[in-house]
Amino acid sequence: MLPDFANPADWLPWAFASLMGLSILIYVVLDGFDLGVGILFPLATPAEQDRMIGSIGPFWDANETWLVLAVGLLLVAFPAAHGMILTALYLPVFVMLVGLILRGVAFEFRAKARDHHKRLWNRFFFVGSLMTALAQGFMLGLYIMGLEQSPATYAFGALTAIFLAVGYSFIGSAWLIHKTEGALQLKSVRWGRESLWGVILGIGAVSLATPLVSPRIFDKWLSFPEVIYLAPLPILSGLLILWLWRMLRSMPYAGDARSWLPFAVATLLFALAYLGMAYSFYPYVVPDRLTIYEAASAPESLFIIFVGACIVVPVIAGYSVLAYTIFRGKATELRYD
Amino acid sequence: METLDTLLLSRIQFAANISFHILFPTITIALGWVLFFFRLRFAQTGDEKWMAAYRFWVKIFALSFAMGVVSGITMSFQFGTNWPGFMETVGNIAGPLLAYEVLTAFFLEAVFIGIMLFGFSRVPGWLHMLATGLVAFGTTMSAFWIIVLNSWMHTPQGFEMIDGQAFATDWWAIIFNPSMPYRFAHMMLASFLTVGFLIAGVSAFRWILGDRSREVRAMLKTGVAIGALLIPVQIFMGDLHGLNTKEYQPAKVAAMEGLWDTQQGAPLVLFGIPDEEARTNHMAVEIPGLASFILTHHWDGELTGLNDFIAEDGTVLHPPVAPVFWSFRVMVGTGLAMLLLSWTAAWFMWRRRALHEGRIAGHWFAVEGLPKPLLWALVPMAFSGWVATLAGWYTTEIGRQPWLVQGVMTTEMAVADVPAPMVMGTLVTYLAIYAALLFAYIGVIAYLARKAAKGDDGQADDMSHSGKAGVMALSPAE
Repeated sequence: MLPDFANPADWLPWAFASLMGLSILIYVVLDGFDLGVGILFPLATPAEQDRMIGSIGPFWDANETWLVLAVGLLLVAFPAAHGMILTALYLPVFVMLVGLILRGVAFEFRAKARDHHKRLWNRFFFVGSLMTALAQGFMLGLYIMGLEQSPATYAFGALTAIFLAVGYSFIGSAWLIHKTEGALQLKSVRWGRESLWGVILGIGAVSLATPLVSPRIFDKWLSFPEVIYLAPLPILSGLLILWLWRMLRSMPYAGDARSWLPFAVATLLFALAYLGMAYSFYPYVVPDRLTIYEAASAPESLFIIFVGACIVVPVIAGYSVLAYTIFRGKATELRYD
Repeated sequence: METLDTLLLSRIQFAANISFHILFPTITIALGWVLFFFRLRFAQTGDEKWMAAYRFWVKIFALSFAMGVVSGITMSFQFGTNWPGFMETVGNIAGPLLAYEVLTAFFLEAVFIGIMLFGFSRVPGWLHMLATGLVAFGTTMSAFWIIVLNSWMHTPQGFEMIDGQAFATDWWAIIFNPSMPYRFAHMMLASFLTVGFLIAGVSAFRWILGDRSREVRAMLKTGVAIGALLIPVQIFMGDLHGLNTKEYQPAKVAAMEGLWDTQQGAPLVLFGIPDEEARTNHMAVEIPGLASFILTHHWDGELTGLNDFIAEDGTVLHPPVAPVFWSFRVMVGTGLAMLLLSWTAAWFMWRRRALHEGRIAGHWFAVEGLPKPLLWALVPMAFSGWVATLAGWYTTEIGRQPWLVQGVMTTEMAVADVPAPMVMGTLVTYLAIYAALLFAYIGVIAYLARKAAKGDDGQADDMSHSGKAGVMALSPAE
């Protein structure tokens, strides 16, 4: 899987695919938790809702920027694939954008609007979060199906849409377990237990469907000796799920110990599932149609971006950590007075 | 009449998106720096009025920022969904420029705006000030990279075409392309003017509602000063930009001037109805020689007319004339109204100081001097920056047609093969959402102004659910 580092036309597309993959993963975990909080929104009381917003308020904007970076990298590093993927996903992309618009502005408007308008913006916040998650899940499903458009692929897309929305709710509740206390924390633990099934079914459905759709992926996983090397991936995922299930049955622990653990383990689980998918599709950027090497921009242009990325991405990581440190601890009920 | 095909619908959709989007960066670019100024003045003087001004405008900044982010994401996706040919042809050049925008500007803004909005009570004062400055710097960087790309599309250089794809040969030439410095300066000034008039207009509204607080005086002065000082600079800059356009995009200038035939001593058409069929202006009111004088600085200088941009086979290679002609006049007209109003206001405020020297000590500018009608005139002018910016934007972007990248690719070459009804459906939805959001946005600004004017700056009945507690907690006793 490793490229020839002596040849820029070989390692640059690989480096950009890795960078893009990493930013999608970071996006899914980070915007995943704040979209999840949005999906759980109607289940909470008004006071709890304010606390929930407080827990994601300082972060959501930066979280969403990882999506811009991921799509930006697709756009700049693999322009041919960018056009092919986005025109095939025209409508779900549109639904996602409307969702992102609604929830993004609802954040600001609900804090400033008259009281009787606030309920309307709350509803937009929930609907926007849900639309975004469903659209992303639908796109994931269609992508796994090789961007084919048929009733069967749409059905699979609908399934992944629901699973991803539940998956986001799961990581959202894991975030809330860490950021809240009292009744809302107890509620979050319950939401986490109830949405864990979505994660299990989602990972299961994708793991089953991917090799069945593509003989190439089937061979990549289920031929000897690969099957031995790859066995730790599903086994580890299974263990993590068991661990989460046990934790959520007895949380919160005395003195609020290890409240960060469910979110950390959920992140690990998402990363493992994602790694499996990345292994399946590499070196394709459009499944079984276009490889990253065929779709890549000119090496000179990629190199220009690569130099910048090497300097800037660590800086971004640094100040993101700074922001999460500044706003660490329990979310507070934020008031003007 | 053209039919509503995918190309036209996609163009309308992109125009709608970018028109909606540009409203908000136009505010945040300069408002970020104005907030930094307020924050700095507060740190220097410890005077609460500066922090009150900061608190009021940071809310409008946050709202504008969110609107800009969500509509900006929409645009970045539309490159792929509606215009895949663009990146496939010039991706090697546009790609790195867009990547640098995301890397250097987007994250900077997005991370530090959290600290700027919510971090006041959590971080030391210097870090809060730094965060405010970095957000302002980030929005400016963002504007810089986008304008670099946009300018390159107008005046491309530093590349070669191989098999229908552009390859960069000289990045320095690409970034510092001939129209970039003019376009960037013009846009920055436009942003500061928009914000100056917005601040002046909203503060005048608060004054009319009876708000005589010290912060409203400080804000009104700041707004009027920005407007009065920068509008002459902008007019000068616009003139330089026009000269640059004449050199690189003469067809655009001809459309702006409504000039059909190449001639010496071309007249300035003050008013007229351009007719592309008859290739003449109806009901034209002209000043002889003035267009030549403005653009060549000679009364008998030669200007190229639109009829020179028709190919041998009859293909029209100049932009549609009427929209460019009209939007240019709207921009200039709005600019002149800004000049008139801000100078009149500044003069009244300055004269008042002269009359009452000693009484209002330390003020070089006194708001009391403003006559009521002038205050009332400032209120609708709060959004005059938007009108001028959009009109200017249409002038320059429609003026580029039929080219997407001047001389390299036409707009038609970039459009996606998506069914027209699908583009129509999404267009209608976007328009409805944008109209509703714009309505809500202006409504919330008016509501915040009214609430602040009642001396109730959100402290009593309203909870900040998105958490501006830090900023709010700063001056508990006011």
